[in-house]
Amino acid sequence: MSVPNEALSGLQHESWIKRLSAFDWIWALLVVVGSIFAYGEYHANMDAYEIGILFGAVPVVVWLGLYWKPARPYLIATALLSLFALWLYGAEFGAGRDAVHALAEQNFFLKFLFSSQSAIMWMSALFVFSTVTYFVALFTNNEFTGKVATAVTWTALTMGLVGLMVRWYESYLINPEYGHIPVSNLYEVFILFCIITGLLYLYYEGRYRSRALGGFVMLVISAAVAFLLWYHFTKDAHVIEPLVPALKSYWMKIHVPTNFIGYGAFALAAMVGSAWLLKFHRDHPSRLVAVLVPLGIFLMLGGWSLATGFKASGELSGALLLSSVAKGLAWAAGLSLIGWLTMKDRAYRALPSLELMDDVMYRAIAVGFAFFTIATILGAMWAAEAWGGYWSWDPKETWALIVWLNYAAWLHMRFTKGWRGQPMAWWAIVGLFVTLFAFVGVNMFLSGLHSYGEL
Amino acid sequence: MSKPAVARRPQSIASILVEFLGSMNLAITLLVALAIASVIGTVLQQNQPYTDYILKFGPFWHDMFMSLSLYNVYSATWFVVILGFLVMSTSVCVYRNAPTMLRDMRHFRLNAKAKSLRAFHHVEEREIAARPDEATELAARFLAVEGYRMREKDHGDHRVLAGMRGGWNRMGYLFTHVAIVIICIGGLMDGQLPLKIAETMGTREIETRDVPASQVSEKSRIGPGNMSFRGSVDIPEGTRANIVFLPMREGYFVQELPFAVEVKEFRVEHYDNGQPKSFESDLVIHDDQLDEPLHQTISVNHPLVYRGHAIYQSSFGDGGSRLGLRLWPLDTQTNDPVALRGRVFENYPVETAGGTWRLELADFRLFNINPVVNEEGKTEQRNMGPAFTFRMRDETGVAREYMNYMVPVEQEGRPFYISGVRQSQADAFRYLHIPADENGTPELFMAMLTYLQNPAAVREIAEATALASLQRSTDPATPELSDQLATLMARMLELFAEGGFDAIERDIVTNVPAEAQQEAASSLMSLWRSAMQALYLRVLTDRGVAPAEADWQFFDDAVAALASLPFYGNPYYIQLSEFEQVEASGLQITKSPGKDLVYFGSVMLTIGIFLLFYLAHRRLWVWVEPTERGSRVIFAGTSNRNVLEFDKQFARLKETLFGLFKA
Repeated sequence: MSVPNEALSGLQHESWIKRLSAFDWIWALLVVVGSIFAYGEYHANMDAYEIGILFGAVPVVVWLGLYWKPARPYLIATALLSLFALWLYGAEFGAGRDAVHALAEQNFFLKFLFSSQSAIMWMSALFVFSTVTYFVALFTNNEFTGKVATAVTWTALTMGLVGLMVRWYESYLINPEYGHIPVSNLYEVFILFCIITGLLYLYYEGRYRSRALGGFVMLVISAAVAFLLWYHFTKDAHVIEPLVPALKSYWMKIHVPTNFIGYGAFALAAMVGSAWLLKFHRDHPSRLVAVLVPLGIFLMLGGWSLATGFKASGELSGALLLSSVAKGLAWAAGLSLIGWLTMKDRAYRALPSLELMDDVMYRAIAVGFAFFTIATILGAMWAAEAWGGYWSWDPKETWALIVWLNYAAWLHMRFTKGWRGQPMAWWAIVGLFVTLFAFVGVNMFLSGLHSYGEL
Repeated sequence: MSKPAVARRPQSIASILVEFLGSMNLAITLLVALAIASVIGTVLQQNQPYTDYILKFGPFWHDMFMSLSLYNVYSATWFVVILGFLVMSTSVCVYRNAPTMLRDMRHFRLNAKAKSLRAFHHVEEREIAARPDEATELAARFLAVEGYRMREKDHGDHRVLAGMRGGWNRMGYLFTHVAIVIICIGGLMDGQLPLKIAETMGTREIETRDVPASQVSEKSRIGPGNMSFRGSVDIPEGTRANIVFLPMREGYFVQELPFAVEVKEFRVEHYDNGQPKSFESDLVIHDDQLDEPLHQTISVNHPLVYRGHAIYQSSFGDGGSRLGLRLWPLDTQTNDPVALRGRVFENYPVETAGGTWRLELADFRLFNINPVVNEEGKTEQRNMGPAFTFRMRDETGVAREYMNYMVPVEQEGRPFYISGVRQSQADAFRYLHIPADENGTPELFMAMLTYLQNPAAVREIAEATALASLQRSTDPATPELSDQLATLMARMLELFAEGGFDAIERDIVTNVPAEAQQEAASSLMSLWRSAMQALYLRVLTDRGVAPAEADWQFFDDAVAALASLPFYGNPYYIQLSEFEQVEASGLQITKSPGKDLVYFGSVMLTIGIFLLFYLAHRRLWVWVEPTERGSRVIFAGTSNRNVLEFDKQFARLKETLFGLFKA
């Protein structure tokens, strides 16, 4: 028998560059043109490092669009809408706070859609809506509802990113000296957290062709939205303030977003973990767990509400205790309902297999761990430049290390001991709380060098 | 296949040790221990003054925490030991696993047995028409196209073709673990370990006295040859320093530098809302190695690196500002202020009725931006202008701390000289509000005080007031009654001068029967009030102000301030009249040769993590033996990552491969 060379030659792999379609090339071209446009418009306000970051972002964004196609329409839509809003503003840099407010009030589109505050409000509302829609889709196993949920999520993500972009521009409009990328305080990074977690989720939704996990992931985003709104309305956190000198560095542009890929992925893993547990415990005679999880969250939330109330008023009153308990109970009831409905047959069947969810959980933690490691290293490099030492055992640094150690241990258990399933799902959920403390708790309860966003 | 237990060789101590140190259980335990220790260090605020801890925890827990080094967890011996064990455990782990990993990377496992291949999760066995050598050649070419490196071995009765890709995944393991060791070693190089060792051996000891750097003992001075350190120093403008202080527990070491750093000027720039925008220092480096001094401006996020030393802008403070002060006596009968010129950080003797006190000028700040609740009830930041901080230490050594603002601060539309007082740094300031008069000075208030403290003047005012009030009343004024009333009024004023309203109240409680106290209080207070008003009018008359023009709001403010004076604890109100600010720039100077090692380790760690997560080590085998009609082929594969993806790939490879065999 002769070796069929013809047959083999058909299998020959083409190099990846030859496999690119015309659309791929157009995408790359658009990104390059976009970056040149941004450079042309704004280079007066950038230093050499920032110009480096701008052009360094080009291959990353091109790659993202090639690797994950839906990123293209998303980023293009965001860019166009942001540019539209910028054009509507039309003011000179340094026009002042009052002028920016007046513009945002006068123009219809700015007032109702694209001023940063409107866009962020839209994002908040749409995320809550998408949470509900995803759950309805899961409980009724209705495909159309699921598609709506996905569309709503995309819209929320677009509005969120547009909001951040416009906020960035607004900071320069108020005063060029105030101008900074909106990742500088707790308010801004919560928006970033919502966006990154949402994008990570949509990536997995597309990859595994299942919308069943949407509600769970959106739930954690909704919680972030709730915090965002509370922070906005009680603390006026949305007001654009200038940067403290320590944050005036190009490092912020790369350290913070990298960190939030980590946080977002860990949050996603935890939510997938809770879906895993719900599915698992339906078949294993301990549905009680579905009640215990919300109860645990209730304790956390009630405790948190109590702690913040106590911190604000300085005294422990009966009314405070009551309202904390009520808040916690309301959350627990809502979450228990979700748990109970998830265990119903329809939702149960719609949920991906345990094996697949376990895989998603692992992947999310792996992505999170990789980016969190990079973010911590970048943070150390920044610290070396700003504080004079790459490691100072500052509470935020230390908690970053704790988070890192936690997930390092998780990964070790999976790789070397082959742990899967139940313990890992629980651990992922506990990991979210550790992450949450590093993210918010440190700023709330501990003092240190990371002095942004105190509560 | 495990060997029977009997056949096991007795283990040597070394191998048991290696086994223990390299075990996953130890590693996880250490990770957890490290995490818990780290948590303690964040919950318990580190490196605070010991007195603060004693106040917070009480002496028992303080001693306990101190002996466990909980106040500086991260440099505690036990913490370093945990870290050391982690490094050792990781190293042993690498030592034990590296050979296997490297072998795994290179070896193709050409001796795979059919039986074990059949047990694989991914396996397919079929009979084909092609000869074994044809089959392996075809498979080799196909799988090479798929990105697998291929090897083949002829075992005589069968052939094994083995392929693999992603072997570098194993390097991921090596990279990450070696990186951790490297990072820890780098960190250790930059840590305080050498100093701690020297301290344990007695060749060094920490300085705990608050003395000038030149008087620090030899054992606490470290020469410029020190490999790594991280210290800080405050350098006043226009001066230079060639040392830094290394804080250590309750004391410090003095580190000498091979050059001197001069601060020419320190600047704070502000945004239009008053928030600081930048902190900058113009530095000059003086070094014998330089032909001429090196000029460089540093700011936060923009350090200067010179001869392996990185110089950072880390803080700022006063550098010995020159202050012009006016000391208004509060406890004597004159109110002529005494002028004093002084410098921050210097002490001055001050004569008081209670002996010679010591005025310790502690700080001066040009801007004092404080949250103020405005008319709309919202909190806003307001600059309250220059202020200085000082301590007044009496003869017994007890001191109170004061913070006085230079310019009268508007409160509810009225200007006040504000002076904060506290017993210790742990307390919050309580404030004395001295109303400023129409000229913006404390003179009017001081004039009232002078009258109040002069018994003769008080007596005279009391008599005049008593007479006037009796004349107004319907009862005939008798000299006895008038005298009685005057005495009572004078006593009220004296009591008030001595101890404020509290003294009056105490007097009533001790001298009046309980049932009559209420009534007595109200009549005595009205007596006090008319006397006080008369005193105020007298002061105004002295200043040429007609009684009709009297500002009674000022009177109320002045009374409130007078009432709290007895608790002020300072025989003087010290007014800041002029200043010449000298700032000091707080520099952090570090030498950290371990940094490059840490960064190298970090890069290695990152590469390692990506290799480990995103490069799957995949192996394929094509096991072929001849049969009568051709060959029997076992196609098997494994992947150590991303098994779900490999499921799909293997299925595709299987179909294509057997399709090729048929063609």
